[in-house]
Amino acid sequence: MSEFAVEATNIVRTFHDGNFRALDQVSLRVPTGEVFGLLGPNGSGKTTMVRILSTVLAMTEGSATVAGFDVRHQPELVRSNIGLAGQFAAVDDNLTGFENLRMVGLLNHIDKAEAIRRSRGLLEQFGLEEASNRLAKTYSGGMRRRLDLAAALVANPPILFLDEPTTGLDPQSRQDLWGIIESLVEGGTTVLLTTQYLEEADRLAKQLVVLDHGKIIAEGTSGELKSRLGNTVLSIAFASTSDAERALALVADISSKPANVEGTVIDLTVNDGPAAAAAALRRIDGASIELIGLQLREPSLDDVFLSLTGHKAEDPSTTETTKSRRARKRSRS
Amino acid sequence: MTIATTRPTTNVHRSSLRWTISDTLTIARRNLLALFRIPTAVVFAMIQPVMFVLLFRYVFGGAIAVIGTSYVNFLIPGILVQTTIFGSVGTAIGLAEDLQRGLIERFKALPMARMAVLGGRTIADTVRNVMVVIIITVVGIAVGFRPHGSLIAYVQACLLMLAFAYCLSWGFAFVGLAAPNSETAQAMTFPLIFPLTFASNIFVPLQGMPGWLQAFARNQPVSQTAEAVRGLMLGQPHQHSTYLALAWSIGLVAILAPLAVNRYRKAA
Repeated sequence: MSEFAVEATNIVRTFHDGNFRALDQVSLRVPTGEVFGLLGPNGSGKTTMVRILSTVLAMTEGSATVAGFDVRHQPELVRSNIGLAGQFAAVDDNLTGFENLRMVGLLNHIDKAEAIRRSRGLLEQFGLEEASNRLAKTYSGGMRRRLDLAAALVANPPILFLDEPTTGLDPQSRQDLWGIIESLVEGGTTVLLTTQYLEEADRLAKQLVVLDHGKIIAEGTSGELKSRLGNTVLSIAFASTSDAERALALVADISSKPANVEGTVIDLTVNDGPAAAAAALRRIDGASIELIGLQLREPSLDDVFLSLTGHKAEDPSTTETTKSRRARKRSRS
Repeated sequence: MTIATTRPTTNVHRSSLRWTISDTLTIARRNLLALFRIPTAVVFAMIQPVMFVLLFRYVFGGAIAVIGTSYVNFLIPGILVQTTIFGSVGTAIGLAEDLQRGLIERFKALPMARMAVLGGRTIADTVRNVMVVIIITVVGIAVGFRPHGSLIAYVQACLLMLAFAYCLSWGFAFVGLAAPNSETAQAMTFPLIFPLTFASNIFVPLQGMPGWLQAFARNQPVSQTAEAVRGLMLGQPHQHSTYLALAWSIGLVAILAPLAVNRYRKAA
């Protein structure tokens, strides 16, 4: 395979008769054998991008190759080289785990005996062996997600598209999935991963792009993105907004980026967390301003967005439930 | 954990036609497995038609006069046609569910035959219809249905109505792929099948209807099919309506199948 498993050039996708641009001139190159992260909040166009690259949705403009095959003109060959697992675990509730995998194997045109062998193997590897003869509707969220990922792997595709594989999962299930993804990449699989979690992109992806409203607003390694941000966020909470304003004048210069004030909380972007915290404390204490709380944390997606765009990422909890409906509605128009 | 990453053997030598057939059967099998695991679907498919038989045989039947045969002999061929048409509504519900759950999206990203999802679904629904036809036949005979035609003619009649329902199910496939969810899909099919099955000669002779309704009821495809099925089962003249029913079936599938396939391409 060539140097890049996926190459997309100036992808545009519009909905509602061209009135809504879900993707606007998005280009990316996914190096073979690596995890490439597509980071962004809900509605940023991540899922649309994955659907286009996996031949499910047509692009309005642009061109793309996956595994060296043209997405527009050689979709059959693209499909033979990819696996797709989404955040809405597309498994058949009325089939058992085993039946789900065998079906997907057969539809991938694998030999029947091979499909059965691979299905059993994957169920065992993903900790679903005992549940393999239970209907998928009895599975927990984490189990469904693992089954969905296993279905994407039955044909052992060289390229895997994972659309928010861990959204909505508990921390343990998330860790399990991360482990699985890492071992796949060790085995030579290329992974295009979308996520709204900076932590996930940081852990798994070598390179990533940040999408916002269908446009790429930043790209690079997660290290590069983080260094643009500063490594740590120092969050200081006060009793009142007037206290926060007084303190801001004292500590603003500690931040390597413009400080962010929201109500009674000041967020500072700092390179050396403990030293910055100590300096801020001295100054605030010196001015006799009362402190309610102080926290050092890794930058979140919100921090990345605030720093790159000046606005916060959409709150995932409010948009989660409407997302699938909206995505479907969009794709149909 | 290690996951084997050798590429599994694929049958590259099979022709695309053979793949289309094998993919279609894989999907049909999946749909049939699922069917028998949803108790409500089995009830909807099997119990409801039996209720219709009992309702019309024993409740309404006494008030309906037919000429030339008993009402039960008039009724059962009609109920069979009605039941197979109701059965093809399952195509709409099933596809809407697959779409809602993201399964259509998964299928579209697989190197499988494009036709297989719709083909497999309509075939599975036809298999279900075959079972319903057998059940209604048995129940019909138990409540006094006595077909006078030959066994071959009876089988021909069953094939004719199954073919008609199959052709119509492509229209319901389109509805299922156009609906936002399975509940809406079911609701959308209602205004389509209600006039077709009730403004027809399925349950009652046309003579009792007002003239304007008779004109519609006489010439619509369901009545033509029911007329042909009745003729075959009861050993009455049927050739004219049989040809018309076949022509309707072919005409419907010729229009509805491309519509459904086109909708499938855009769906997900």
